[in-house]
Amino acid sequence: MMSNVEPIIQAEKVNIDYRLNKVWLNAIHDVNLAIKPLEIHGLVGESGSGKTTLALALMRYLSANARISSGVIRFDGEDLTTQSTRQMRDIWGSKINLVPQDPIASLNPSYTIGNQIGEITRRHMKLSRRDATAKAVEMLKRVKIADPEDVVDRYPHQLSGGMLQRVTIAMALSTHPKLLVLDEPTTALDVTTQAVILDLFRDLIHNNDAAALYVSHDLGTVAQLCDYVTVLYGGEIMETAPVRDLYSQPLHPYTAGLMASLPRHSEQLNTRLSTIEGVAPSLADRPSGCVFAPRCPVAVEKCHQEKPPLEPADDGRMIRCWRWPEIASGELSTTTKPEAIGESPAPREELVLNVSGVSRQFGSRSLFDRILGRPFRPVRAVDDVSLTIQERSTLGLVGESGSGKTTLARCIVALSTADDGEMELCQMAISNDLDRRPREALRNLRMVFQNPNDALNPYHTVGQAIGRTLRLLADRYNSEAEIHVRVVELLDAVRLSADYADRYPAELSGGEKQRVAIARAFAADPALIVADEPTSALDVSVQAVILNLLKDLRAQQGASYLLISHDLDVVAYLSDWIAVMYLGEIVEEGASDAVYNAPSHPYTEALISAVPVPDPTDERSAIRLEGEVPSARDIPSGCRFHTRCPRKIGSICETDEPPWRDAGNGHYIRCHIPVDELIELQTMAGSKDTASTGEDR
Amino acid sequence: MTEYIIRRLLLLVVTMLVTSALIFGLTQLLPGDVARLVLGRDASPVALEEFRDTYGLNDPVPEQYVMWLGGFLTGDWGRSYSRGSPEVRPLVTERLANTLRLALMTLAISIPLSILLGVLAGLFEDSWLDSVISVFSLSVVGLPEFVTGIVLVNVFAHGLGWFPATSFVASSYNFVDWLRVLTLPSITATLVLLAYVSRMTRAGVIDELKKPYVRTATLKGLPQYQIIIKHVLRNALLPTITVIALSVGWLIGGLVVIEEVFNYPGLGRELVSAVRAKNIPLLQSIVMLIIFAYAMANLIADLLYGLLNPRIRLN
Repeated sequence: MMSNVEPIIQAEKVNIDYRLNKVWLNAIHDVNLAIKPLEIHGLVGESGSGKTTLALALMRYLSANARISSGVIRFDGEDLTTQSTRQMRDIWGSKINLVPQDPIASLNPSYTIGNQIGEITRRHMKLSRRDATAKAVEMLKRVKIADPEDVVDRYPHQLSGGMLQRVTIAMALSTHPKLLVLDEPTTALDVTTQAVILDLFRDLIHNNDAAALYVSHDLGTVAQLCDYVTVLYGGEIMETAPVRDLYSQPLHPYTAGLMASLPRHSEQLNTRLSTIEGVAPSLADRPSGCVFAPRCPVAVEKCHQEKPPLEPADDGRMIRCWRWPEIASGELSTTTKPEAIGESPAPREELVLNVSGVSRQFGSRSLFDRILGRPFRPVRAVDDVSLTIQERSTLGLVGESGSGKTTLARCIVALSTADDGEMELCQMAISNDLDRRPREALRNLRMVFQNPNDALNPYHTVGQAIGRTLRLLADRYNSEAEIHVRVVELLDAVRLSADYADRYPAELSGGEKQRVAIARAFAADPALIVADEPTSALDVSVQAVILNLLKDLRAQQGASYLLISHDLDVVAYLSDWIAVMYLGEIVEEGASDAVYNAPSHPYTEALISAVPVPDPTDERSAIRLEGEVPSARDIPSGCRFHTRCPRKIGSICETDEPPWRDAGNGHYIRCHIPVDELIELQTMAGSKDTASTGEDR
Repeated sequence: MTEYIIRRLLLLVVTMLVTSALIFGLTQLLPGDVARLVLGRDASPVALEEFRDTYGLNDPVPEQYVMWLGGFLTGDWGRSYSRGSPEVRPLVTERLANTLRLALMTLAISIPLSILLGVLAGLFEDSWLDSVISVFSLSVVGLPEFVTGIVLVNVFAHGLGWFPATSFVASSYNFVDWLRVLTLPSITATLVLLAYVSRMTRAGVIDELKKPYVRTATLKGLPQYQIIIKHVLRNALLPTITVIALSVGWLIGGLVVIEEVFNYPGLGRELVSAVRAKNIPLLQSIVMLIIFAYAMANLIADLLYGLLNPRIRLN
């Protein structure tokens, strides 16, 4: 980085307050931040850290109950904190632009794409309506949208999430801003789409002489995209550093804790993830000393008493910690060595679940369609899927959104009734219809949902919620006293104290709620737990706690899991077996390691390669999937993946359904390419020349 | 969209058929012998029989229904039972015209006013302005029409003498005469509608203001008025359309009380007297018109909603 260049934006000692119950509370404390031209500065933090508040406040955009109470934000020769909103309207959209988090909600549903992009150029560049549309087409070309002339006339609901995010990027870039604020711009997208969008950012920011503030909770994308990183916790900067330094040697215990809590597929199956104990402080009770001290594994008395200053270290690093010099010199280790968990019992031969030929279609044919003789085109969400889970094992089910993985899970627990197919639970045939399932099947098959906030009845205490399952499904407990004993036992198993039994869900954090949901799932000693994205609504430090917990419980209780996730690292960490779904069917399955390494289905290969690695030195050239996932109403002929496959071999892929190919040890791949050719293609993938097949567009 | 319109029109036809059968069935259930009721207790058996014959009351009920429906569709709405057996159609259409005048006048006052109040209350949520508007609109909706009507008459007709107290309607009336007659009744109706429409608008505005696209528009640097008018109102007013459509139905058939207070010759009053007199041909025609008005208002609202909402228009 050029060190003598003036920063585009420089914040000094910025404090932001929120007014809650008629009291002003300090939300952002003494933040310093500078971004130079061409730099991408990452702002990382967990939910509640204040990262979005800070990012928007740097644009001088505050919610009605917030204020910048002190500090200076220098931008383009002016102090933004002294500008009126009216003055800011000339800067917003022309010099500082936002790429929002949720592109669908961030575009007005009632206006065309062309209109909404054109609005910004008409306002700031005084373009005519016609010129603005022409400019919109040009910008859509820059973000590599196919058929831009057609897309300008479309409405947001007609485009996919990935397309819409390109539209918001095109919009933000169309006035050549000096600074882009990217607010979690890929959080709502699939990994494959995310990978393409991140590439786009890198190119566009450099080609436009812009700078960017990239707000994210995801250490992986930050490592891949940013030059500098600022770590925010409880409204304060914990650490700022060049990206490589931060990832190679985090100097703040919080940063180190975050890094260590990430699951990686290379990790041993029997190790625990490091966790950060406790929860982030709420706005009303921030500690007076170091804000991280209550959760810090190396905090000493001084940390609780006195707030450490944000101190400069070598090469542009800043750290807010009393003990960073000890950490830097290596005297003090921040990571506790992860202890091994109790041996996971080996999977047994017996099958806990045997699903064969399950299908689920959505949609109906109206009378009108019949009269007009229109063909019936249902959404084939799950199409003839078979899978098995051995007792005491975990099957991970991965795929992009729209792959049908959640529908399949719902069919298995009969929240959605499968149209077709048979299921066996613990070697007993069970009906596809929930009402016809015996109580024993309900007891043996429990589910943990993605969003713990919606999964618990807000009017039942934790004890009532868990007790209800016991009363309905377990016969062993005859009195309320016995049920209470069991509830406390279950709470203990998920590391919650007995007094949680009397609390209501509103009094719990997201991670605590998910622990209660897990305790409830385990309450009646089930044989199989279906967990649908159990950690995707949680922060990484909390995710680690839940993943450890799931691992421990499996070891103790001998249950099996069907784990559904879009996050390959989470799946790989917990599963011994993985199945990959694409457009309603399974395209590959096998032991965890086997699926992760060659040979893989080209789709699996692309999925794995799209996962951003939390290591800035990792420079694998990744495979990028072009195009959109086809509609499940209109499934492509032949191999369903042929429309996007970077390894398509010819017309056979378009006409013939691919065969199942046996890669040994129960590892099967549904592809026209023979196994040994796949191995050959994919083991060379590390070298530049073959990988470029995926990048040629 | 064409398909959507055709679907809705077919649905409208079905609705009308079902309701016409329903009305017909219900009038059959009205207690008492029609002929005796109309001709009086002293009527001779011969006169009664003659009456039944003239109006086809001796035919089987389904046949009566088909005859009536056929007549209604071809413009022959039958003859009233009242003295001189006048034709129903001119009678009803004249009343309908009066009712439509009052409805239009009411809409012309209430739509802009209630939307304006709703938008202001929504934009300045929880401010003193919001409180004033909310208290005002909710307290007037709580008052029955005959109370507000009579207060208005006492103040503006008897007191200030600006408007006539009762609504004599003559065919010689010009536009200004009509305005004078319609003002007080339409203000009374407006006060009833005000709360529904303005509360709906307020809720819509508050909902939309929270949506991320408003932040996007602000951070594009657009001026505030453009954000409100172009972005927020376009979406916030969509649900309001449905409420207005429902109120149109009420304005056509449900203004009985207001018509009574102002002695206004509208459809509602005619309907009540037709029920009292068991004047079935009159009753059926009026109810069909009211239902038709409801159905059309809803259809137009749905089409408008679809037209303004690309998510519906383009599916």
